[in-house]
Amino acid sequence: MTPLTARAHTEQQRTVHVEHCMGTVFTIDIRDPGNWDDAIGDVVSWLHEVDRVFSTYRYDSDICRLQRGEITLDGADRDVAEVLELCADAQVVTGGYFTAMPNGRLDPTGLVKGWAVEHASRRLTAHGTANQAVNGGGDMQLVGEAASGRPWTVGIGDPRESRRVLTVVSGRDFAVATSGTAERGAHIVDPFTGHPATRAISATVTGPSLTQADAYATAVLVMGPAGVRWIADVDGYEALVVAADATCYRSSGWRIPTDVRSG
Amino acid sequence: MRRVAFAIVGTIAGLVGLLSFKTHSASIANPPAAISTTGPSTSGGAPNTGSEPSAPSVPGSSSNTVTGDAADTRWGPVQVRITVTNGKLSDVTAVEYPSENPRDQEINSYAIPALNREALSAGNAKIDMISGATYTSQGYVQSLQSALDKAGLK
Repeated sequence: MTPLTARAHTEQQRTVHVEHCMGTVFTIDIRDPGNWDDAIGDVVSWLHEVDRVFSTYRYDSDICRLQRGEITLDGADRDVAEVLELCADAQVVTGGYFTAMPNGRLDPTGLVKGWAVEHASRRLTAHGTANQAVNGGGDMQLVGEAASGRPWTVGIGDPRESRRVLTVVSGRDFAVATSGTAERGAHIVDPFTGHPATRAISATVTGPSLTQADAYATAVLVMGPAGVRWIADVDGYEALVVAADATCYRSSGWRIPTDVRSG
Repeated sequence: MRRVAFAIVGTIAGLVGLLSFKTHSASIANPPAAISTTGPSTSGGAPNTGSEPSAPSVPGSSSNTVTGDAADTRWGPVQVRITVTNGKLSDVTAVEYPSENPRDQEINSYAIPALNREALSAGNAKIDMISGATYTSQGYVQSLQSALDKAGLK
């Protein structure tokens, strides 16, 4: 793949790297001055390692070998046990609307990408960054600020109208995950019916951790509009749902910005 | 994996204007309250005032046009051209994109305008990122990023 790392010196120093992995594109966006080549190299290696272990498309991944019963959890990468535990937690919290076995087969995909991005973000912090975003195919963990005194601002794409951003969320140290029915052609299965989820066409969840936000966005997509009531009981997380009839719903704590207009 | 784009296929006229968007600020009751979805849809933006496709960047001028590297996707190469006016992103056009069969065209008729909107929103409204994956975004984002980098934008 073509590595794309560049530093531009205008208003502030910024380092951006775009990496193809897990069938999608990851963007690492560091807003601190400095040379972050080592940090980015570390994160990129990490993402590809996650793909090797967790991909449901790679015949020799740990997940596929577990599916086929060729190895047990003890023989798998130790991250697998951590992820499956997180999946089990998410299944309990969501009342079964999130599951690592959506088709009766082991598939923790609904949580792995968010988990990988969150760990990537932590790795950057360990390398000394203080203001950065890691975006994996539209799911992101944001740390610090976009610029001095300016919090990160994330647009929520409107799944129905290609020329609109539905709304924006803004803040420091937060995560945003969106699940959609049209996303990359993949259908999210309602674990209670075994059929594709139909109550919503898009669900966005914000909160402190992308691992949870990613899993909750999958669950809320299945729940549909009722998901915004469910998430009210989940401390620190909010949801925005675009229902199948194109109506938008938000949880009580989802703040609607009033000060954002096009420039 | 790297490929050189040999030709600029052509400008996709009318795909993109200087889009603006409004966030929904309708009054909202307690959940699950419906958010008004009757906000204005932003068609009919300003016409593309970018430079000619092959115009070289002129140092010191207020408007620069930069073409990103062509990025391979499973559907074919994608290449993006941006115009920077007074230091801000003012236009994004896909100058090359997969269109070999009707299905590709169908995909791109939706995806390319969507991505143009995202890029312009990001440039004009200080939106740092967009949540919600879009179908053919991979090559587009890659080419766009290289163009932004070449332009030294932000």
